[in-house]
Formats: sequence, structure tokens, C-alpha cells
Amino acid sequence: MIRVKNLVKTFGTFTAVNDVSFQVAEGEIFAFLGPNGAGKTTTIKMLTTLLKPTSGSIELDGLNPALKQNEVRQRFGIVFQDPSLDGELTAWENMEIHGVLYHVPHKLRRQRTEELLQQFELWERRKDRVKTFSGGMKRRLEIARGFLHTPKILFLDEPTLGLDPQSRNQLWTHVKKVNEAEKVTVMLTTHYMDEADRVAHRVGVIDHGKLVAQGTPQAIKEQTGAATLEDAFLKLTGSTIRDESAGSADQMRQFAKMWSGGRR
Amino acid sequence: MSAIYILWLRELKRYTRSRVQLVASLGQPVMYLLALGFGLGPVFQKAGGGSYLQFMAPGVIGMTVLFSSIFSGLGLLWDRQFGFLKETLVAPVPRLQIMIGRTLGGATVAVLQGLLVTLVCVIAGFRPVNISLVPLALGFMLLIAMVFAGLGVAVGSSLEDMQGFQLIMNFLVMPLFFLSGALFPLDGLPKVLSAVTMVDPLSYGIDGMRSVLLGRSHYGGMVDLEVLVGVAVVFIMIGAYRFSKIEI
Repeated sequence: MIRVKNLVKTFGTFTAVNDVSFQVAEGEIFAFLGPNGAGKTTTIKMLTTLLKPTSGSIELDGLNPALKQNEVRQRFGIVFQDPSLDGELTAWENMEIHGVLYHVPHKLRRQRTEELLQQFELWERRKDRVKTFSGGMKRRLEIARGFLHTPKILFLDEPTLGLDPQSRNQLWTHVKKVNEAEKVTVMLTTHYMDEADRVAHRVGVIDHGKLVAQGTPQAIKEQTGAATLEDAFLKLTGSTIRDESAGSADQMRQFAKMWSGGRR
Repeated sequence: MSAIYILWLRELKRYTRSRVQLVASLGQPVMYLLALGFGLGPVFQKAGGGSYLQFMAPGVIGMTVLFSSIFSGLGLLWDRQFGFLKETLVAPVPRLQIMIGRTLGGATVAVLQGLLVTLVCVIAGFRPVNISLVPLALGFMLLIAMVFAGLGVAVGSSLEDMQGFQLIMNFLVMPLFFLSGALFPLDGLPKVLSAVTMVDPLSYGIDGMRSVLLGRSHYGGMVDLEVLVGVAVVFIMIGAYRFSKIEI
């Protein structure tokens, strides 16, 4: 379903993604793990048509996101790492815009919006503007919105960041449900190794833009001789804290700025 | 089509909800109208130009539409900062539709804002010479709004963050306003200034409004109309192109 070959993305002199290749089969849950600034989000941005690769090839359901943007966008849904809600609009309106943009028929849209807002316990607040929401609530709304339409491929970029265990549990239950019932392919990133271990069929570990290991969680643990995925992760990526830990989103922006500054 | 509609509606909702912004954006035109309209009135009268308030009211309305529409285009930068832009960019809707929805929304808001200022002008003593031509003035407002909403999107798509905002304000928006004949008649200007005003699209917008509201015009109402339509098409095309190239 997802096929990535020799993918490279550079911002100026910085190589964010360096010769990454992997495949995700249909109906699979693939966890993309890596320290901050390792290139996870950049890879997802290239997969979701937001960035153009410097070199290498990508196929989503047999289509190249750089060329067939609209066709590719029909096929996936995404929950972003950083917020992407309109704070001036209410929870309901944010869901509505999403539903319209993704061509969810009116009746189904209302019905699913109600279900999802109930499920993520935002129904009572549906008429409140999103800017009055707490961080966790915004996160929940964002996830609920991601489930409004049923895509073939679902990207979840650190979806559980800032969520309480209850909501996290809700989220993964739901992900597993759509994966099993509707054969949705899921590609996710997370910093919680136990989640990846529990949910993912296969994981890929990326560090400094390079894919350093991939396989089933079990295989990776055996390969590194570690008891848990977290230990395996630390063995693969080292235990030093990255200077980039200010947040990869900020970093991205900075690089993007540098990069466009050089261009203009 | 529904994507265009929902994004248009979003712009309108945002406008009607931020009352503070609504009132604040009326401050500047009102100040110009009162301070200059009444302050320079006597001089203008003595020079044989007639009522300055009458003369500059279309200019102030044009200014309002200019500011409001160009900022709606630059609203892209906010959406980029706060993330909503991404949500629309990954949606399975052609970017052209997204851009059109936003632009139409911004233009509608600008026209509403222009109507509010028109009302203020009327309260201050402005009187159109021919009431039946007032709807035509609305048409000119809409054209001004389309021209600069298109320009705003083009510029907003090319900037990465808010840092360029001051630059845009000082080197684009203010010159567009001051060099448009909003505040002075276009007749008998020095050659250089006359040439500059001729390349400012706002000149034609305000001239067009004067031609229908006051029955006086420098370029002629038809010329104004043609130039505005032409520039609007070009700017919206550039805006659409730049918008289609956004990477986040």
C-alpha cells in the first residue's frame, strides 16, 4: 500500500531524510519510531503531498504523491503532530468543514460527527469555540476529526502526545477497530514504545534521517537482544538526548525558513 | 463546489465573530474621514475642488476594501502558523477550489466592511449624487476586493511567517493607498506621480466609484471597469499559482 524507495529530503545543507526505503502492506499497522528530529514528520509530509522529495520514489496505492496529488489525497487521512484546528470555529464546525472537504455525505457526516464527539467526550462542548478548549480536548477533537471519513491509509503523527491514558486507550481501540473491520492501513509515529509494541504489526526505527532497523516488534527485540521495545530502541539510537529536542516541528520550520531564505 | 462554499462561509464566520477586530478596523477609515475630510475641507474648497468630504469618501471606502481584502489574503500566514492551512492542503479538493473559496470569502468580508464605512460616510454627511447608481459602486467595491484578495493570496503564499508583514504593510499596502488618488484628484498631477498612479490598480477602483457616486471621473467609468476586471483575473491567477506551490 505504501512503497518508499531511496527517499531523500534535504533542506539546504541539512539532510532530514537520508536514503529511506520501506514498504507497508495493505491492512498493516506500521509504527515509525525515532528520536526527535530523526525525520519522521518530514517523511510523513512527503507521503501526504505537503513536501516534495529531493530524490527517491514514493507510491501510495500505486500512485506518486508528487504527481497525482488529488488522487493520493482521496486515499489517506491524517492526524497531524501539531494543531490544525480553526480556533475561531466551534468543534462542530471544525468537523463539518472536514466532512465537506472529504466529501462525506451530509447525513452520514452528521451521524458520524455525533458518534465521534460522543466517543471522545466532546459532545457537550460541540458548540464552543475551539480556542476555549484545553490542549487535551483539542487533541481529542483532532483525532475525532481524522476518523470522520474512512480513508484507505491513515497517518497518525504522534497522535497520543498530551493525551491522558483514557483517551489514549480510546484512540488505539478505535485504530484497531478500523484496521480490522475496514482494512485501513495505518502508519503512525509515537514516542511511547509500549504503544508501538502493542498496536503495530511492524515497526521501523529511523535515526538521523536513516532507517536503522525494521521488522516486527518481536524481531527487533531479538535482533538487539533487548527485553522490551524501549530497550531495543535505545540500543539502536543511543541514549544521548538530541539537541533537536526543542521539537521537530519548530526545527522543521527553521529549516524551511533557511531553505527558502536561500532560494529567494 | 461545496468546498468553495464551506471555506467562504468560514471566512464570514470568522469575520462576524471577532467583533473587536470589526470595530478596530473601522477606526482608521473613520479617522481619515474626520481628520482629513474636515481638516483639509476648507483648503480644498478654496482651491475650487468643492466639498472634500464628498471627494474623499469613495477614497476612504476604497481604502477600507483594500486593507480588508489584502489582509484576508495574508490571513494565510495565520492559518499557516496555527496549522489550519495544512488541514485544507491535504484534503482531496483541488487547491484551486480552496484558493477560490478563501478569496471569495475574503472579498465578501471586504465588501461588507466597505459597506459599513459607506454608512459611516453617509452619517458624516456624504451624499451620492445619484442614488440609483449606488449598486454600481457596490460592483466596484467587489472588483477592488477581488483584485487585492488575489494579490494578498499571492503574497501570503510566498511568505513563510509573519516577519514579512511589516514589509508588506510599508512597501505594498500603504503605497497602494497613498498613490491611488484616494486623497487627491488625479487631474493635473506631475508627470511622474501621474504615471505611478496609473499603475496602481486601486486608482481605477476609486475612480470608478467616484464616477458612479459623484459623476466625476479621471479615466472614465468603462476604462476603470475594464482595467479592474483584467487586473483581478491576472492577480487571482498568480495567487492560484502561488497557492498551488505551497509546501509546509
